[in-house]
Amino acid sequence: MNVKNYVRFEFQSLPENVAFARACVAAFAAQLDCTLDAIEEIKLVVSEAVSNSIIHGYGNRPNEKVVVAASIFDDRTLEIIVEDYGSGIKDVEKAIQPTFSSDPARMGLGFTFMKSFMDEMEILSKPGEGTSVRLKRSFFAKDKEAYA
Amino acid sequence: MDLDLKLVRNTLVVKVQGELDMLIADKMRYEVDKKLEENNIKNLIINLEKVNFIDSSGLGVIIGRYKKISAVNGRMYIVGARPPVEKILHFSGINKLIPMYSSEQDIINI
Ligand SMILES: Nc1ncnc2c1ncn2[C@@H]1O[C@H](COP(=O)(O)OP(=O)(O)O)[C@@H](O)[C@H]1O
Ligand SMILES: [Mg+2]
Repeated sequence: MNVKNYVRFEFQSLPENVAFARACVAAFAAQLDCTLDAIEEIKLVVSEAVSNSIIHGYGNRPNEKVVVAASIFDDRTLEIIVEDYGSGIKDVEKAIQPTFSSDPARMGLGFTFMKSFMDEMEILSKPGEGTSVRLKRSFFAKDKEAYA
Repeated sequence: MDLDLKLVRNTLVVKVQGELDMLIADKMRYEVDKKLEENNIKNLIINLEKVNFIDSSGLGVIIGRYKKISAVNGRMYIVGARPPVEKILHFSGINKLIPMYSSEQDIINI
């Protein structure tokens, strides 16, 4: 599949930037002419992944770097990648279990949302090196002719 | 201000505005707990009428407050959640723990 459009941006690991990141990806995804519901879901998954980088990856340290990339493929697939260079995840299988959280005050629903609202979720992580979350969702069923 | 707290008799009413993510969630946790403790309040209403986005950090503060409130046998309600927010509240199952109403008036009437 060919990339039809692509954006990539990085920002400081500050809570203020979570809204910025999800709004950017949502604006980019709007090019897919998908439903408003789908845009809301995209905002949510970006918010979850970026919050995870700041909270878990960097333990809320404000001077670190988060990278977000998004691509639209010519079959109307959207791919989102969120990357940090933080603590990494020791046991990814365990981390993605619904309601698992390493922080008792949190809900452990971030990965569950990402998995539920996207078609594919892939996590590459190495303790001490960081985490890359790749999410994919296809929109080919709807509005095909409108997009052509 | 994206957070408005007011005391109505023995209930703290919290109005949130905007996007309830980790930024507002931390502030909300702090402000609500402070107000509950200062005034020895047991009941809490969270008004989400003006909230257009919520993620799991937002859900976390709500559930956390619910645990506190139920530990002292208080009552807690969620009010005014609009469809996109309501969908996430349902998805997380919060609606099974915390009663949801369309307006503050509806609670007063029950
Ligand atoms: N970017 C990350 N870096 C390090 N650990 C992470 C990262 N993302 C997720 N995790 C780990 O996976 C767990 C589950 O994440 P999630 O489902 O979003 O739940 P929550 O954020 O509520 O803990 C987290 O508690 C954390 O231990
Ligand atoms: Mg999370």
